[in-house]
Amino acid sequence: MKRVLFACAGLALVAAAAGAEQPADFQAAFAAEAQRSAPAFSGFSAARGEALFGATHGRDWSCASCHGEDPRAVGEHVVTGKRIAPLAPAANPERFTRPDKVEKWFKRNCNDVLGRLCTAQEKGDLLAWLMSLGG
Amino acid sequence: MRVPTRIRRWFVWSVGLAAALLPVAPAAAGPSTRPPPPPIYVEECGSCHVAYPARFLGASSWSAVLAGLEAHFGVDASVDPQVLAALRAHLETAARSRETAADGTPLLRITETAWFRHEHPRPSSSVWQHPEVKSPANCGACHRQAEVGDYGERSLRMPKKGEAK
Repeated sequence: MKRVLFACAGLALVAAAAGAEQPADFQAAFAAEAQRSAPAFSGFSAARGEALFGATHGRDWSCASCHGEDPRAVGEHVVTGKRIAPLAPAANPERFTRPDKVEKWFKRNCNDVLGRLCTAQEKGDLLAWLMSLGG
Repeated sequence: MRVPTRIRRWFVWSVGLAAALLPVAPAAAGPSTRPPPPPIYVEECGSCHVAYPARFLGASSWSAVLAGLEAHFGVDASVDPQVLAALRAHLETAARSRETAADGTPLLRITETAWFRHEHPRPSSSVWQHPEVKSPANCGACHRQAEVGDYGERSLRMPKKGEAK
């Protein structure tokens, strides 16, 4: 029995190392990073995440410009019209499972929308909102 | 045994016709015979717009596009160095054989190339501005098989005037 348990644990570790992560894993990583950069960190807020998603931050675009106002629905790129798969994990289980993708798109899209990189607090707030949306 | 002249003539004509048509047949099959682009290209360059076939631009144009991904037509499309090398390898080998340049400067926009303008002489700006088209970058609005690299006439269908989603 013990051997079976060890084998299962081993498999789980391998799966984690291969990058098959869950949204909650990213949330935990953002929390750790936010804690490091601001000791006064008091958790994430879905409401702040929703506001961040819909705001243009004094520039041309918001996240919703391409992802749509409802992240559970298919979006459409504001310039090219390309279909963009839903962003909310409940509607698209592939979202927030690959660290390289998550890092790449936060970098690109925060630069596009806010003109700078997002903080761990902002990423965590946004993810808190996305995770709060049911299917 | 003598074969009647009429039949002999018919045979010569059919063989001749078949020989003349044979080389045309595979070419007529068109884009579907081309190898598909590598998955990494489709993933990295097909998220915001359709993964434009490498044959749409010459190698110098692609090189210039890759050199400016941080500010790619108004958005940040940066990739990490390993991905960039993979994209470069594909685009360099599958690029258009003729350079796409104007006055010696590589063109970055497919829509500005001579071949694109030649192929799209009629679509006026009103077609580009159709709510379903939005932009000439949205190939799939008319080229219904653009996602799989097929831009042939058979899959071409313009959206109707006032066609709603």
